[in-house]
Amino acid sequence: MIPLNHFLVLGALLFAIGVAGIFLNRKNLIVILMAIELMLLAVNMNFIAFSHFLADPGGQVFVFFILTVAAAESAIGLAILVTLFRNLKSINVDDLGSLKG
Amino acid sequence: MNLPLIAFYAFAAILLFAALRVITARNPVHAALWLVLAFFTAAATWLLLYAEFLAITLVLVYVGAVMVLFLFVVMMLDINFDKLREGFWGHVPLAAIVGALMAFEMVLVVGSREFGGDSVASPGAPPPGHSNTKELGRLIYTDYVFPFELAAVVLLVAIVAAIALTLRQRKESRYQDPTEQLAATRAGRLKIVKMAAEREPPATPPEAGA
Repeated sequence: MIPLNHFLVLGALLFAIGVAGIFLNRKNLIVILMAIELMLLAVNMNFIAFSHFLADPGGQVFVFFILTVAAAESAIGLAILVTLFRNLKSINVDDLGSLKG
Repeated sequence: MNLPLIAFYAFAAILLFAALRVITARNPVHAALWLVLAFFTAAATWLLLYAEFLAITLVLVYVGAVMVLFLFVVMMLDINFDKLREGFWGHVPLAAIVGALMAFEMVLVVGSREFGGDSVASPGAPPPGHSNTKELGRLIYTDYVFPFELAAVVLLVAIVAAIALTLRQRKESRYQDPTEQLAATRAGRLKIVKMAAEREPPATPPEAGA
């Protein structure tokens, strides 16, 4: 059988790729959202691996809720993106300086 | 090497390659399609962990709904992607260092022998006739029923927020105003005008008895 740490290492690598994706595509809001999805996937992978190896289905219920919240998050994120593009004609993160923060 | 392990290595390789292509693809449409492959492969690895319900949910919800939404938005907006890619190679060293450091540290922790095959024994395949969906459904509707309802509220709020953010009021659009409809009275709609009769009365009244 597949040992637990294989899944954990896979999740860790996936999470690191997601973080690197945010660094790489600093200007492109769409790819940043995709990188966040990758990181959520890595977290879900860990939850399911532990849920199986500890024989506790509660972990899978948590993944279920994470999927729900992630779907809501990407829907609202894309809605904000569309509104932003309508107002600025750009989705470049550098152009979002209107709050002067 | 047994078959599940070989399958796991194949899926892991595809998953990591697809994830790398997501963050390095020149065209965001290609990135979204690589992300679809990544989700699909992740669902396959979840099947290796006997999480059938979540694997199917991942394919249905993510590949079927969220990624289609991503593709819609990417294709709908007219974006100059080359401009967004400026400075991409300048960020590569920092991203590689941070990513590699994070991966190294996490692999040191979770890849250690404490999480290996000897310390955490796999419970193995569930007994025949065992239904993962039934098990999850029982949990969700008993122990987790309140979080489940909260999740429904979260989705409702997301629907309302997404519509409220993107709905555009156009000048020529016609709509009903229920307040105005309810405030309508008879006096506002119907006006009774007293006026003199138009026709002349007959000049000679008819004779009695005729």
